[in-house]
Amino acid sequence: MRSNSCHSFISLDRLPIGRMGRVKALTAKEQSRRRMLDLGLINDTVVEALRQSPSGDPVAYQIRGAVIALRSEEAAQILVELV
Amino acid sequence: MKSLKLSTSRLVSKKSLTEKMVSQRAGAERLETGSNEVVVALAGNPNTGKSTVFNQLTGLRQHTGNWPGKTVTNAWGSYTYQGKPYVLVDLPGTYSLLANSVEEEVARHFLCFARPAVTVVVLDATCLERNLNLALQILEITPKVVVCVNLMDEAARKKIRLDLLKLAAILGVPVVGTNARKGEGLVELKEAIRQVAGQASSLCENDASGKGAPLVRYDEAIEECLDELVPLVRAHLGDRVNARWAALRLLEEDESFLEALAVFNNKNKDSNKDKGHDIDGGTDEVAGENSELWDSLQRNKSRLAAQGMGANQLKDLIATTLIRKAESIAQQVLVFVPENYQQFDRRIDNIVTSKRWGIPLMLLFLGGIFWLTIVGANYPSQLLAAGLFWLEKKLAALFLAVGAPAWLQGMLVEGMYRTVAWVVAVMLPPMAIFFPLFTLLEDLGYLPRVAFNLDNFFKKACAHGKQALTMCMGFGCNAAGVIACRIIDSPRERLIATITNNFVPCNGRFPTLIALTTIFLVAGQGPIGAVWAAVWILTAIVLSVFITLGVSKLLSQTILRGLPSSFTLELPPYRKPQLGRIIVRSVLDRTLFVLARAVRVAAPAGVVIWLLANAQWGEMSILAYCAQFLDPLGHLLGMDGYILMAFFLGIPANEIVIPILIMGYSGAGSLMEPDSISALRALLAQNGWTMLTAVCTMLFMLNHFPCGTTLWTIRQETQSMKWVLVSFLLPTVCGILLCFVIAQSVRLLGLLGL
Repeated sequence: MRSNSCHSFISLDRLPIGRMGRVKALTAKEQSRRRMLDLGLINDTVVEALRQSPSGDPVAYQIRGAVIALRSEEAAQILVELV
Repeated sequence: MKSLKLSTSRLVSKKSLTEKMVSQRAGAERLETGSNEVVVALAGNPNTGKSTVFNQLTGLRQHTGNWPGKTVTNAWGSYTYQGKPYVLVDLPGTYSLLANSVEEEVARHFLCFARPAVTVVVLDATCLERNLNLALQILEITPKVVVCVNLMDEAARKKIRLDLLKLAAILGVPVVGTNARKGEGLVELKEAIRQVAGQASSLCENDASGKGAPLVRYDEAIEECLDELVPLVRAHLGDRVNARWAALRLLEEDESFLEALAVFNNKNKDSNKDKGHDIDGGTDEVAGENSELWDSLQRNKSRLAAQGMGANQLKDLIATTLIRKAESIAQQVLVFVPENYQQFDRRIDNIVTSKRWGIPLMLLFLGGIFWLTIVGANYPSQLLAAGLFWLEKKLAALFLAVGAPAWLQGMLVEGMYRTVAWVVAVMLPPMAIFFPLFTLLEDLGYLPRVAFNLDNFFKKACAHGKQALTMCMGFGCNAAGVIACRIIDSPRERLIATITNNFVPCNGRFPTLIALTTIFLVAGQGPIGAVWAAVWILTAIVLSVFITLGVSKLLSQTILRGLPSSFTLELPPYRKPQLGRIIVRSVLDRTLFVLARAVRVAAPAGVVIWLLANAQWGEMSILAYCAQFLDPLGHLLGMDGYILMAFFLGIPANEIVIPILIMGYSGAGSLMEPDSISALRALLAQNGWTMLTAVCTMLFMLNHFPCGTTLWTIRQETQSMKWVLVSFLLPTVCGILLCFVIAQSVRLLGLLGL
């Protein structure tokens, strides 16, 4: 377990596969922000990076019991804290 | 079988999205006219088995797919319970009603304005928390809800235990557990619907805010605003829309709701049209005649804004509150969830979406399907042809015995019957094998993984990964593929997928590709020959995919310039497929549907084509005359005039291109009996076919104008002749260019002595 200060947020696309992150902020706007909220990506939701597509992108994440694939541009708009 | 027969007559109609408002109004009128039919809406997330519930209740064999957003049409069906007729409306599968997409808007408008007597919300027992978000939003609109927790068997298999009684107590509505695929729990569901439908509607009008605490309570500041606004909204809108829900939408300035409300109000009474069309236009419509409501709304909005809750923050807060509520309910209801209940899915995904095996496995699955189709279809196809042409001889004899004129016998037997017989013999066996296998992959939940594996290629082509799914659908039928494009949220990417769908060969084109491959590209017979044939077909498919990507990129950089839309794709849990159901469903729904359509088109086309082939103009038939005229062009493209004529006349359906060609070649309208592939080989060779002719014909088969049905579907979906024209020209130009370049370079190399 690495120790992270609570201020060191990374964007979700940089979360290593197999690691978990806790959602801290969304930088997305409008529709794409709505869609993320509907997926359950609200504050303090724990997300796990499951696997990368064979073609490199998207990455599949475990979000509230569902497996959702997000493209890197989308995931970059989600800030998480390493768990 | 029996239930299918019944259901055909029960099917009310299937509405496209473009007709959504019409259908919703129809629903509303149905309610208002007080006819004794009970309108029941069926809502739920994608992949909850919602369509299975629909099929089981109505007996309607509507296709259900295991991928997100598959059901995008409003399907209607009906059933009778205890002597009372019910009309069931299958809403599009959505995760939310906050109107992010067309589907969400359709579902929400129906619930809001058509006001069904009962709304059934289907939840996936294995993914309850995620599904509850939608249920909570629906409960805000109407309390006349039955919650159907489906896939209880899957939950049991994963050792997930839920307390449905507790869920019912929390939500305050009936909750029924079902296994729709096995038909379990459906009687209980019908009974619950009956009871809720019977509840006095006065009870629900003053529900939400009237009788005690609402299920979802928002931030105290918002609740204070609602306390003031709700009575005013109710006074203004009456019982047309749930007041608390409408007040929330007014506070968060939900444009989609305001527009819909304005349209709805205009339709109901000739409302004032002189109002401005600014962003507040909708609000004007609502509050215009009621300055008290208007003032209160503005006052409350600024009060919230002063507390740091502008419209955007408010939207966030509302969405967040709903998710938290769903989370807390799920925690209370889920008695036991094993730590590793998704272990199985993860293990499979570790293989089928892995870097090393993901794409090879995908090619293997698809290649395997095509190989089985090719090998398996040969024998039944010959048998069928033999039977049908035996019948033709009997028919001809019958015409002769009755003393019918020769032209009538020619037109009906040699024209119509023969064309139909050809289409059936060639199409039925491959379809009866291809569709069940494809449906199997679909049912397993494999197809979304294909989208996942391939998305990066689509991203690079500025298209949406879900286009991989619409293309898969296109392999079955391009018209179906075009309809499936609705699953793509962004209009630009949806148009790209719609226009390029025709670049993947549909089921009507495969038989030709397979026949020509077998005749000209594969030397050996038997299993080895079949393997090579499969390799060639796979090459054709890979080529069509690359062309699709290239054209998608071209489109997005020219007439459809823009950035890719946001992308989210759910990888649903794998499900155990129900083999029996797959066979029945794919044979009845898809095979016979496509076959019936092809026969409908082939029969009249057979007559027309027979006339063209037999009506003489000077020394030659009209067909031969046209073919002669087109011959120079055909030659330039590595084909001949008859082949081009066959493509033109084949516009009703790609299936009949080869039969037309045979009719043309054999002359005088006497169609050759398709009793064997070797007879076809001899006929084509006689008419100067070479390997080059075959390759060019196959390329043109892959890249030419869509069939009539597909063009008509594109018109319906895009509501624009411009896009129909683009969809017509784009593949045709591609095909002409490809064939020209290949034919000319092969001839040039030939001159060089190769």
